[in-house]
Amino acid sequence: MVPASYYLILSVVLFVLGALGVLLRRNALVVFMSLEMMFNASNLAFITFARMYNALSAQVVVFFVMTVAAAEVAIGLALMVEIFRSKRSVDIDQMNTLKG
Amino acid sequence: MTLSDFLTLLPAIVLLAWGVIMLVVDLFLPTNRKGITPLLSGIGAAAGLGVNFALTGYSQTGFNGMVVLDGFASFTNTLLLISSLFAIMLSYDYMRRMNIERSECCALMLISTAGMMIMVQAYDLIVLFLALELFSIPLYVMSGLVRGKISSEEAALKYFLLGAFSSAFLLYGVAFLYGATMHTNLAGIVSAIQGGAVQTVFLMLGVALLLVGLAFKLAVVPFHSWAPDVYQGAPTPVTGWMSVSVKIAALAALLRVFVIAFPSVAAQISPVLGVLAALTMIVGNVLALVQTDIKRLLAYSSIASAGYLLMAFVPYGQGEVASDSIAAGLFYMIGYLFASFAAWAVVAAVEKEDGKGLQIADYAGLARRHPWLAVAMMIAMVSYIGVPPTLGFWGKFYLFRTALEGGLVWLALIGLLTSLFSAYYYLRVVVVMFMQPGETEARREVWVNLLAVVSAGATLLLAFIPWQLLDLASTAFLRFP
Repeated sequence: MVPASYYLILSVVLFVLGALGVLLRRNALVVFMSLEMMFNASNLAFITFARMYNALSAQVVVFFVMTVAAAEVAIGLALMVEIFRSKRSVDIDQMNTLKG
Repeated sequence: MTLSDFLTLLPAIVLLAWGVIMLVVDLFLPTNRKGITPLLSGIGAAAGLGVNFALTGYSQTGFNGMVVLDGFASFTNTLLLISSLFAIMLSYDYMRRMNIERSECCALMLISTAGMMIMVQAYDLIVLFLALELFSIPLYVMSGLVRGKISSEEAALKYFLLGAFSSAFLLYGVAFLYGATMHTNLAGIVSAIQGGAVQTVFLMLGVALLLVGLAFKLAVVPFHSWAPDVYQGAPTPVTGWMSVSVKIAALAALLRVFVIAFPSVAAQISPVLGVLAALTMIVGNVLALVQTDIKRLLAYSSIASAGYLLMAFVPYGQGEVASDSIAAGLFYMIGYLFASFAAWAVVAAVEKEDGKGLQIADYAGLARRHPWLAVAMMIAMVSYIGVPPTLGFWGKFYLFRTALEGGLVWLALIGLLTSLFSAYYYLRVVVVMFMQPGETEARREVWVNLLAVVSAGATLLLAFIPWQLLDLASTAFLRFP
């Protein structure tokens, strides 16, 4: 059986990759995917801990998180479609109307 | 689930239900009668306020200890509900003028306020996360309410990406706290820490990630970069409301979670908080100095306010000081609420349909054409600086006193110096309004003018009864397990 710590390390790797993706990638859609990866890293951590402690409660949390992530997808994609209509691009570097 | 469980969350439930009903009612309203929705949502917020007052004094937990109703929650809920009422007043004419009169705005405002109230009442980190999302997601939509206007859409996308980023940090922090203590419930976390059976590495990591997540919402430097852009791009009433309510909710959650669950890690966390507070005060005030746009100026001013609030929170681990820092933080919030709405009401009144009228230079001569608005703005600015006789003075006074009580002389000194420094850019607005010649036109609209006068009046008049207000804030106790 694979030890729980492996899953935990995988979750940390996923989270860090996601965070780097958010900070480094320029396409809003890719940034958004990286965000989803961060949420899923948290899910993995929750499930790993749930298995470590033989507790059910943390597994339920994952369903909450998935629901929230779905709601965020709905809003995020709508916002991106909206901005694509006016700018013909979802490149973050081009979002420079607001500065000062 | 019993009736008393629902009683615990009743103010939030009233607002949520009202918000959903409003969305349905909207379907049956003809397009030219959309103006009625702000009035309806105002009634909803007032009903929530009434329920909240009726429940003040209760102290109970609900839903298996997931949420709690205590003096702290009642007090903060009152502030949040007043803030949403003010925001509805602010948006009534503005939305029509900007041609974005769509009723989802007010409905979303109610739903988001309900999320903030649940966040304040959360006694479980999962509820905290869900409440955070419940109030954030409507906020993303409201920032982008002006469809087709690039600055508003851009603000919404930036807020969305960075907001979701911060939620991910918070959630990962909760996961590690669960890993450290086997609990997400605050009471469970406390008993696990006291029992000594915790993984210290996980605990510290969890606390740090949680702090990052909340610091984003509070716009603490270095997690503030979204705030000026979002505040500038979002519609003015939404910005004004957001700058007050989100700050109240995030601060209240920070206070509750850290004071209840993590006094044991105060030795490690307090220095970090101290550095964050110092950075926030310095960066917020220095960057405010170079702004020419009034909305960005107020954005940086709100960042600086977060720094002052955080300053008083640094010694939260020192038993006796903790209750003082809660009282001082809540007290400052009262002053911040009234001063902010006075300022934002003036901004909304001066802003033109085409998005002009937001530069500080556009305020030249406001005092001659609209003396009431100019005086309201002046009172707000003076209160932000912290000059008596305004609520802002007493707010800063108690914050500094708490910091000194906690032995943080260096931090209080930085706060004092940056406050002096801030006088320059706040007074520049006053000078432009009163001394420079110009023909600034503002809207003569009942609700906005009323809001400016009422908020400024409250900032001024309540400053004469600071002891009573502080007593109120001090009795806003936290319910300990």
